[in-house]
Amino acid sequence: MIKIKNLHANIEGKEILKGLDLEVNAGEVHAIMGPNGAGKSTLASILAGREEYEITAGSITFDGIDLLELSTEERAREGLFLAFQYPVEIPGVSNINFLRTALNEIREYKGQEPISAKDFMQMVRDKSALVELDSKLANRSVNEGFSGGEKKRNEIFQMAMLDPKLAILDETDSGLDIDALRIVANGVNKLKTPHNASIVITHYQRLLDYIVPDFVHVLYDGKIVKTGPKELALTLEEKGYDWIKESILS
Amino acid sequence: MANYTENELAKDLENQEYKFGFVTDIETEKVPSGLDEDIIRLISSKKNEPSWLLDYRLNAFETWKKMVEPEWAHVRYEKPKFQEITYYAAPKQTKKYESWEDVDPEMKETMTKLGISLEEQQRLTGVAVDFVMDSVSVATSFKEKLKELGIIFCSFSDAVQEHPDLVKKYMGTVVPTTDNFYAALNSAVFTDGSFCYIPKGVRCPMELSTYFRINAGGTGQFERTLVVADEGSYVSYLEGCTAPQRDENQLHAAVVELIALESAEIKYSTVQNWYPGDKEGKGGVFNFVTKRGICERNAKISWTQVETGSAVTWKYPSCILKGDHSVGEFYSVAVTNNYQQADTGTKMVHLGKNTKSTIISKGISAGKSQNSYRGLVQIHKNAQQARNFSQCDSLLMTDECGAHTFPYIECKNPTAKIEHEATTSKIGEDQLFYCMQRGISEEKAISLIVNGYCKEVLNQLPMEFAVEAQKLLAISLEGSVG
Repeated sequence: MIKIKNLHANIEGKEILKGLDLEVNAGEVHAIMGPNGAGKSTLASILAGREEYEITAGSITFDGIDLLELSTEERAREGLFLAFQYPVEIPGVSNINFLRTALNEIREYKGQEPISAKDFMQMVRDKSALVELDSKLANRSVNEGFSGGEKKRNEIFQMAMLDPKLAILDETDSGLDIDALRIVANGVNKLKTPHNASIVITHYQRLLDYIVPDFVHVLYDGKIVKTGPKELALTLEEKGYDWIKESILS
Repeated sequence: MANYTENELAKDLENQEYKFGFVTDIETEKVPSGLDEDIIRLISSKKNEPSWLLDYRLNAFETWKKMVEPEWAHVRYEKPKFQEITYYAAPKQTKKYESWEDVDPEMKETMTKLGISLEEQQRLTGVAVDFVMDSVSVATSFKEKLKELGIIFCSFSDAVQEHPDLVKKYMGTVVPTTDNFYAALNSAVFTDGSFCYIPKGVRCPMELSTYFRINAGGTGQFERTLVVADEGSYVSYLEGCTAPQRDENQLHAAVVELIALESAEIKYSTVQNWYPGDKEGKGGVFNFVTKRGICERNAKISWTQVETGSAVTWKYPSCILKGDHSVGEFYSVAVTNNYQQADTGTKMVHLGKNTKSTIISKGISAGKSQNSYRGLVQIHKNAQQARNFSQCDSLLMTDECGAHTFPYIECKNPTAKIEHEATTSKIGEDQLFYCMQRGISEEKAISLIVNGYCKEVLNQLPMEFAVEAQKLLAISLEGSVG
């Protein structure tokens, strides 16, 4: 699905990613863990197409297409979704409008007719139930006045509506209490199919109790330094990141 | 309603340029350019006016000659050369149209291009339209139907002929000829406009709409609108404006007077889209307009404006809250792009007890434009318990544009309550990125965000107008993020 090779990236002259390799196939869930400043959120931003990063070397192919050649919105229309760590508020624009606009842009890109109002509303009902999102929130302005948990649930609700091939969850667990965490994780699990994939970026093992990854990667100093099965997350939780640093140095 | 339209609006986004910039090839009758007493007499005689009206014009002209052009507004422009303007231009027509079928096909074509095909309007929306092209009212629809209710809705010229008592009684009572430079000029040379009278207790069953169009080159447009809502009546009135693309600056100096008698309500909505000039700031309409309404006891006047056009705008729709318990409202969205300049706002004059006013102003500046809100809230000493709420928000799209707020408050009554809120923000890169990450193009993202920002104002507009206004906002801000 996505192949990242030897990716190097700078921001304001400072190198953040230093030769990152990652391959994710359809049907897989990959977790990326790592200490603060390792480059986790940078990776998410680059995949989504934030312009302030400069790619100095490497390649990213997404379903055979050169991802770096695509604009942010084209990436989204090709099926790449980013669940934001800090979802943005858009006053005066209802969630429903926002999503219908997005959905129709994606459909147009694929040469499909706009969705009918009836089908759309049915979809809103089905998908909001999936993430236990109060249907009232669907009518409110995008993220405006939402609690932290509601914002994150709204991200997963949008993900459900847009049905991406690859979802990147950037620290979706941050700021969530245990109930919200469970709801968000359940939503993600229910959306899993053999045809899509997710990259779950997280600090803590906690989220991985609910979203079980096929692979766990440790991102340290701009590179993936260790890859293992889901148990790796438990080891990290127990021992912290220091033993990895040590093993790299030795 | 707004939910639906917000989604639909961006369809017309391909339309990058000013789409009303065409010129209709219709024979025009003009008087020689320049302004003196003879021209005024000529206009007056062409319109077969009674002598009191000619005197009114001549008085105004005398006043105007002694006045100087106002310079206090935060706008810069080359002053119009008043002797080079043609003050009367009318589509040549030998007879009055009895019905829609009689209207010149070219004219119908123009209206269709403007999206106001009368046939369609009559069939679908039930909006009565008066079409004013180059100073002369061309067609008024739905006249008969309104007549049954005693509602008068016609061109100003027809009103002068058919209802001279009403015109004489109310004209100039809210905006006197001495009011300001442009109002005086208008009073001297106005050629047509709309007149509307709603009888006591009648609720006008449809939106009344006037469409203004400057077509001929080298002309100014000076129309007058007079709306009188008699006791206990209600009317919602819409006005739209467009002009062809020309390199010259054209002057539009209108006067609008609203009179809401006891317990009457007037809702007046404007979508102003005069030609704004090109990207380098060449050409465009100078929109110098005086709009004011007076409220008697318990009456209410509500102004809603969406201003996207004109090179220079100088306009302050105001309310004189004369009667006790009267209410004034002003909802405004003003968009400026490229080299446009707008100085707009309102005056709320509280004279009566328990009078209430609300001001919601949303300014959006893009390109190298300058956008100013200028407002006056005046509480007179007898206005016990008067209440005002003002909110002025500015949104900046680039680093080169300007947003300015000039709120004036004069309060002479200690029981009054006045609130003023103001914000200035720049369109968020984060908001744009968020939208784009969901597959929405930058242009559509901007129009979503801007329409969201203006929602409180757009929600005040009648349905058909709201759709039009949202499209306009999107088009006006094409490619404007910097």
